[in-house]
Amino acid sequence: MSFSTLFVIILVGIAVAYVLGRSRSLTIAGRLGGIKSLHSLPFYYGTQAALWCAIPCLILLALWAAFDDSIIRQIILQHLSPEQQNLSAQELSLLLNTVESIASGVSSIQASPEVMAIADRVISLRQLSQTILAVTIICALVLLAAWGWVKVKPEYRARNGVERVFMLFLLTCSTLAIFTTVGIVFSVLFESIRFFGMIPITEFLFGTHWSPQLAIRSDQVGSSGAFGAIPLFTGTMLISLIAMIIAVPTGLMTAIYLSEYANNKVRAIVKPLLEILAGIPTVVYGFFAALTVAPMIKNALHGLELPLISFAIGPLEVSGESALAAGLVMGVMIIPFVSSLSDDVINAVPQSLRDGSYGLGSTQSETVKKVILPAALPGIVGAILLAVSRAIGETMIVVMAVGTAARLTMNPLESVTTVTVQMTTLLIGDHEFDSAKTLAAFALGLVLFVITLGLNFFALRIVKKYREQYD
Amino acid sequence: MNDDVLDVADVRAMNEVVQQPVVAKNKITDISEITETVGIPFADNAKMSMRNVDVFYGEKQAIFDVNLDIGVNEVIAMIGPSGCGKSTFLRCLNRMNDTIDICKVTGELNLEGQNIYDPKLDVVPLRARVGMVFQKPNPFPKSIYDNVAYGPRIHGLATRRADMDEIVETSLRRAGLWEEVKDRLHQPGTGLSGGQQQRLCIARTIAVSPEVILMDEPCSALDPIATARIEELIDELSENFTIAIVTHSMQQAARVSHRTAYFHLGKLVEVNETEKVFTNPDHDLTESYITGRFG
Repeated sequence: MSFSTLFVIILVGIAVAYVLGRSRSLTIAGRLGGIKSLHSLPFYYGTQAALWCAIPCLILLALWAAFDDSIIRQIILQHLSPEQQNLSAQELSLLLNTVESIASGVSSIQASPEVMAIADRVISLRQLSQTILAVTIICALVLLAAWGWVKVKPEYRARNGVERVFMLFLLTCSTLAIFTTVGIVFSVLFESIRFFGMIPITEFLFGTHWSPQLAIRSDQVGSSGAFGAIPLFTGTMLISLIAMIIAVPTGLMTAIYLSEYANNKVRAIVKPLLEILAGIPTVVYGFFAALTVAPMIKNALHGLELPLISFAIGPLEVSGESALAAGLVMGVMIIPFVSSLSDDVINAVPQSLRDGSYGLGSTQSETVKKVILPAALPGIVGAILLAVSRAIGETMIVVMAVGTAARLTMNPLESVTTVTVQMTTLLIGDHEFDSAKTLAAFALGLVLFVITLGLNFFALRIVKKYREQYD
Repeated sequence: MNDDVLDVADVRAMNEVVQQPVVAKNKITDISEITETVGIPFADNAKMSMRNVDVFYGEKQAIFDVNLDIGVNEVIAMIGPSGCGKSTFLRCLNRMNDTIDICKVTGELNLEGQNIYDPKLDVVPLRARVGMVFQKPNPFPKSIYDNVAYGPRIHGLATRRADMDEIVETSLRRAGLWEEVKDRLHQPGTGLSGGQQQRLCIARTIAVSPEVILMDEPCSALDPIATARIEELIDELSENFTIAIVTHSMQQAARVSHRTAYFHLGKLVEVNETEKVFTNPDHDLTESYITGRFG
């Protein structure tokens, strides 16, 4: 009997248990003089009985599904002939794969009788396992349903029991996200530790040369395999800085206009438009940056002789993949983020402060400058920090608009690369997962994670502190 | 009871009103019989004079044809049941209602003969001349010093640091707060107690040397001791300022004001010497209110 059939059987069993529990509670209630003589409503007795059936059976089914194959594999391994047991790990793995294919019904494989014998064994073991499972589950269903039926008593607190199960179910759901996060952190952490086993952590954090191509042959040219992450972090910082220079003033001014000056009509139009800007996929921003903004900047600035600067460095040289283009577009992308967060913060400043300021004869801009912004400052700082962590983690725009050459420069007209871009290029394509090159992506991810986590932590702390002030 | 003003029909109509203020809140026509303010709404030495003032919130009329003078250095109290329009009227006097989009004010409101709703008039200096103290203490999240210096800085009242120090000290002294805060002028104003905060707000208002101070229930968020301090202060301030105060406390109106104006459902029912209002009011509605029959 297959797992899906068993699942259906369990569902039927649950339904039967519910009906039995409910009808028994009704019978008891009828004897005692109405439902009010029971502790709980019949619905709860039914649900309680159904839950007793459902939880153990479903857990059993899940465990069986998870460990069935590996247990059968262990049994097979113990019964291999001596020469098969002497096979190398890879050959053994190949053998087991062949057996697996034959057992699953792929008939085209030509195999030796020995292998065929093992495959037959696997098939019979599987059938046995299914039978045991089916019998166990049906027995369990009958026993549990009977137990649930017996447990229905007027003083039994089925309502509280159901409540507790419901609470546990909610708890499981909420911990799912936490466990996933923990899992991600650990996977990144362990891979990073493997990486730092090959490349010293100091070289990674403080090295200024990034060239992750490893030499496959010893005489290969240009594959030095240097893992100094400083150029990546300066590149990230440069682009984030440009983005912030665009996004923070524009976003903040937008927020001030929307919350203090705009009338309802304007707000009704501008706010949804800003939200549309926030809803554009970053890929779209990416090709806008790569195909429109970057060439525009190059055409406008390349070869330009600026009065003072040109004495020192000659005409400007603009890369076709300049950091400026990516930074500008990223800045535009973050504007709605900054403006909507700041808008919330500014709206949280009590109206009484505005009244107080107007009542003393100050204009709107004086009120904004001297009362509202200082009062909202902590919240605005929090909003900006959240925006920074967004900019640092942004990938798509930089992948598309910025090159992969790791240069240690602060010149926004040159091509730089960022942490996120390097992570994608390191992992795209076919790679072995035990070379320093691939593992470097995890180390970069770890550092990035620590940085954004720190920024978010401080941002949320600041925002929270601010909230307490007026509530 | 003034028989010249009221006949039997009026009394009957008013009894209906008296019994319906909650049920028929929106039926303002119920008091359409009140067409004229009784008592003495006018003053010879008027600092501010308001004539035929109507105020609308969108379609809804909140103030009906109010005529009132406020004399120089007078303290006038405005009392009345909740929603009677006394705060709305007060906020017209320095055009604070401008910040509400749907609010429309008609009629003539003069400050020393100048119409304050003249489109050519600049509202910013007007609010420096007619200052306002609010119901809830609203110090800015700045130091005590900066709170008081806020207005003078905006209006450029002091060029040198010493001048500013003097303005701050004088204002705090007049508000009766100097002795309590002189050692911690640079600590945040929000750290003061409620009563101190309200006196700080008064100091902040008088720092720009206004001519008129509007107070919108300035003690409703304060305990009795702090209230008593503020009431004393109002008394002292009336030597130099014209004060209009809205209050829910009739005892407070009786203690601090020279004249009292009674508002009812957007109409100014009666204005008289405070003592007369609280001992022998001219109008039945006033009497009903001060004796606690409604409100």
